[in-house]
Amino acid sequence: MTTILLALVIGAAFGAVLDRVGASNPSFIGAMLNLTNLNLAKSILLAIGVGSVLMFGGQMLGLVDVGHMSVKAAYAGVFLGGLLLGAGWALSGFCPGTGVVAAASGRRDALFFIAGGLLGAAAYMVTYPAWKSSGLLDAVAGGKVTLGAVPGAKYDGLTALPGDILGLFLGLGFVALAFALPERLNGAPAHAQPAE
Amino acid sequence: MQLNWKVGGLLLGLVFFAAVWLVKPIGVSTQFVILDGIVAEAVNPGLVTQTADSFTSTNTYLAKSGGKYAKAVSNPLNYSFVFVIAMMLGGLLSALARGGIPTADRQVPTLWRANFGDGKIKRYAAAFVGGFIVLYGARLAGGCTSGHMMSGMMQTAVSGYIFAAGAFAAAVPVSLILFKKEA
Repeated sequence: MTTILLALVIGAAFGAVLDRVGASNPSFIGAMLNLTNLNLAKSILLAIGVGSVLMFGGQMLGLVDVGHMSVKAAYAGVFLGGLLLGAGWALSGFCPGTGVVAAASGRRDALFFIAGGLLGAAAYMVTYPAWKSSGLLDAVAGGKVTLGAVPGAKYDGLTALPGDILGLFLGLGFVALAFALPERLNGAPAHAQPAE
Repeated sequence: MQLNWKVGGLLLGLVFFAAVWLVKPIGVSTQFVILDGIVAEAVNPGLVTQTADSFTSTNTYLAKSGGKYAKAVSNPLNYSFVFVIAMMLGGLLSALARGGIPTADRQVPTLWRANFGDGKIKRYAAAFVGGFIVLYGARLAGGCTSGHMMSGMMQTAVSGYIFAAGAFAAAVPVSLILFKKEA
């Protein structure tokens, strides 16, 4: 029952924050992906950095259970699937999580996204054996690996670097990248930027 | 309407951290499979069956990894499924608290309207086709923007970087081609 309560609290917080950062608004996703307004990209980079620093820092202090990490396998299909997801993400302005939040907040087009998504997931369930036998789901680069081995975790490291210290520094790198990224990369500003 | 990127990014990071601290990393796209399974099981009972120590299915995908998807289909009141329902509640309350989304934008978002006009059918068709490609791709990749990109890169997972490279390699060119006008 505790886990269900945590699902409700963390899930609701995630949905609310996605709404407030603009991630469930297709216009903001589109403006990020056509490189005209990168504020959302800056938020995402900062979030990855903050999450990373807190998780690895917490692990090093013994406050965060390393066993809660869950690393997905690397295989050729990850890149291929990423390409497909990226194309559909750009076209629709939704990804699975933001589509669900958008539909709940009243966006009608998101209902069509979910319907298409359910059909797409079902299509994969049916075609899965073909992918499996193609070898594109076979592990590459060690499969479930992190960039460096994290002490106490069940995953190997791609490099010999200490995974927790590397994670902490990469986290800080993501934070720095979030600040360094300009607000737009494509064309001239549409309006004057307010001074910081 | 959009939070300042620093505040928004900090809050988003805190949520991703809270999830891995208290339970496990956030992921969403698997739940589309679970809902498909629940619907299919209702229409065609016997898709998912209980074994001596777990669950299995006549569908190879639901039966993989020791039947963990089959188990979730048979018991929807599990952490990951409830998490997605809660996301919807949180998103709805947040949107209502800031006054809701304008009716016109609910049907055809402003950026789409600036580039393709205000026809609803065209927008809904694009969202449907996009949804199909997104979820087919997410299942092929084994995760989506939440699970692979954000949770993955946060944990320094090699797969997260591979996924993000693929996603942006397609998303940016497609968006540059489709959305030439700004909202």
